[in-house]
Amino acid sequence: MSGVQANLNTPAPVVSARVLLPWGRWGLRVTAFLYLGFMVALPLAIIIKNGVADGLPAFWEDVTNPTAFAALKLTLTTSIIITIINAVMGTLTAYVLVRFRFPGKGLLNTLIDMPFAIPTLVTGVMLVALYGPQRTVGAWLNAHGFQVIFATPGIVLALLVITYPFVIRAVQPVLMEVEKGQEEAAYTLGASKWTTFRRVVLPTIAPALITGSLLCFARSLGEFGSVVVVAGNIPGITLTAPVYVFGQIESQNQRGASAMSILLLALSFTLIVTVEWMQGRNRGTNVSS
Amino acid sequence: MYRVENLIHHKDAGDAATVLREGPAPSGRALLLSEKAPRNNSPGITRGKVVEWVLIAIVVLYAACLLLAPLLAIFWGALAEGFGAVAREMTSAGAVSSLRLTLIMAVSATVINTVFGLCIAWVLVRDKFWGRRILNGLVDMPFAVSPVIAGFMLILLFGRTGWLTPITEALGIKVVFALPGILLATIFISLPFVIREVAPVLGQLSFDQEDAALTIGANRLQTFWQVTLPAIRWGLLYGVSLTFARAVGEIGAVLVVSGGVSRLTETSTLFIFRSLDDRNYVGANAMAVVLAGISFAILMVIEFLKKRTERA
Repeated sequence: MSGVQANLNTPAPVVSARVLLPWGRWGLRVTAFLYLGFMVALPLAIIIKNGVADGLPAFWEDVTNPTAFAALKLTLTTSIIITIINAVMGTLTAYVLVRFRFPGKGLLNTLIDMPFAIPTLVTGVMLVALYGPQRTVGAWLNAHGFQVIFATPGIVLALLVITYPFVIRAVQPVLMEVEKGQEEAAYTLGASKWTTFRRVVLPTIAPALITGSLLCFARSLGEFGSVVVVAGNIPGITLTAPVYVFGQIESQNQRGASAMSILLLALSFTLIVTVEWMQGRNRGTNVSS
Repeated sequence: MYRVENLIHHKDAGDAATVLREGPAPSGRALLLSEKAPRNNSPGITRGKVVEWVLIAIVVLYAACLLLAPLLAIFWGALAEGFGAVAREMTSAGAVSSLRLTLIMAVSATVINTVFGLCIAWVLVRDKFWGRRILNGLVDMPFAVSPVIAGFMLILLFGRTGWLTPITEALGIKVVFALPGILLATIFISLPFVIREVAPVLGQLSFDQEDAALTIGANRLQTFWQVTLPAIRWGLLYGVSLTFARAVGEIGAVLVVSGGVSRLTETSTLFIFRSLDDRNYVGANAMAVVLAGISFAILMVIEFLKKRTERA
């Protein structure tokens, strides 16, 4: 099809990179399908089949048993909390990085990518080293009746570190392209900085902000490496959904693990599809568009 | 360029502000109005500056507490019992072999994902056929799947009663609780990066140069190696470094698949996990420092590549 279009629209050379030789095109297509089919589609199919193998009532029972339900609730609550914090702090960070100049800005900009590069388990170890009950800061906080590690604040902290870059990296490029003229106009017309931000900047960055926040939420739903170290994993109290799945696998309860997995998968898949759709709509550069 | 707000600031410009309240004015009109507006500089400078520095301070403090302080804390944690303890932990047979296994697995997964990733990116961007959207959706799945679930999928496929177990048994390969399982898990969780970084670059590439190469008699493979690949190299390398970073640091999927039974299937992250279980905090912190060091090297590469891609 693309070949026909190419020939209609352009004075085509005798050979063109647009038109692959038949064996090349089919070779690539088949490779892509086989690789993604084997690596992604097949594993997904088996987990869905396994989760609903004994029918929907059993699935429902697996998801709503007290431990599973508490784990799901904890994961959703902490994810919502960190998404809100990240939306605010991420936007502020991006704004400060784009609009202000200050010493150490380059370092800060690099440091923000750290959670992308550093293993999540190492993040967990770092947080325990700093806020753990036997460590300096942790001991001080403990003495003042505030437990971070092996409690819910630890989970929130770990998720905050892991997902810090998402909103920033989504908002930053948009903020850089916000028409300076509009902002200047607002200042010139006497609007305060806050009004300008609310009325001029915020509407422009809103789509990117929502995209970044959704990615952040999706990421924190599945987070395991850092949480397993800092949470303490007490069933019903600090056991998150992914760690619950891990526990069920370890205790050979494959159906229970599958049920919770399907629920988490469905949630984060919906989020990712929403993000894809939004990005496609906003930029028009999406692969699928 | 960044300091527009320092050049222009007006606290009160009565009529103009009403215009703004009715909606963002087109910039031409705003400029006109600004000519009339009285310039009133002195209070704006100080207050604007104070707000600016407060915002900067909040962000820097937040980032320091969240990122920098924990980073320094592991160095401190590793050195709690002195350099000798760190050296002893890091030269132990377990630590060395786990680091070697991690690097082997990460490099293999990166190579495999780069080759197939290039191929898939090509199909997604340059080929149009009915199944493309499905492929595009599948590519994002590893981002949506919790690593633990990824490992669990492999157990369901290759475990005792798995779908593919008869095949692997016939071939005499042990996948789960063995190295092939760890490799598959690592490939799965790092699969999207190369594709997602290469596809946009490939999409923006014009066909002219490739057509020129083909017209003057280069074959398809030569064109790919000498024209296409150099054009997408920065995006590709960016994707490769992200893949490698993710592969080195994977824990959830690998933990489930390896079963944690044998030291032979222990990667560096599993080494940390077991050390924490054994309350060997110096070992855990020391290995964490090593992994953090590797990540930082990758981060520097990524920063460099980002600058290159932005310039290009």
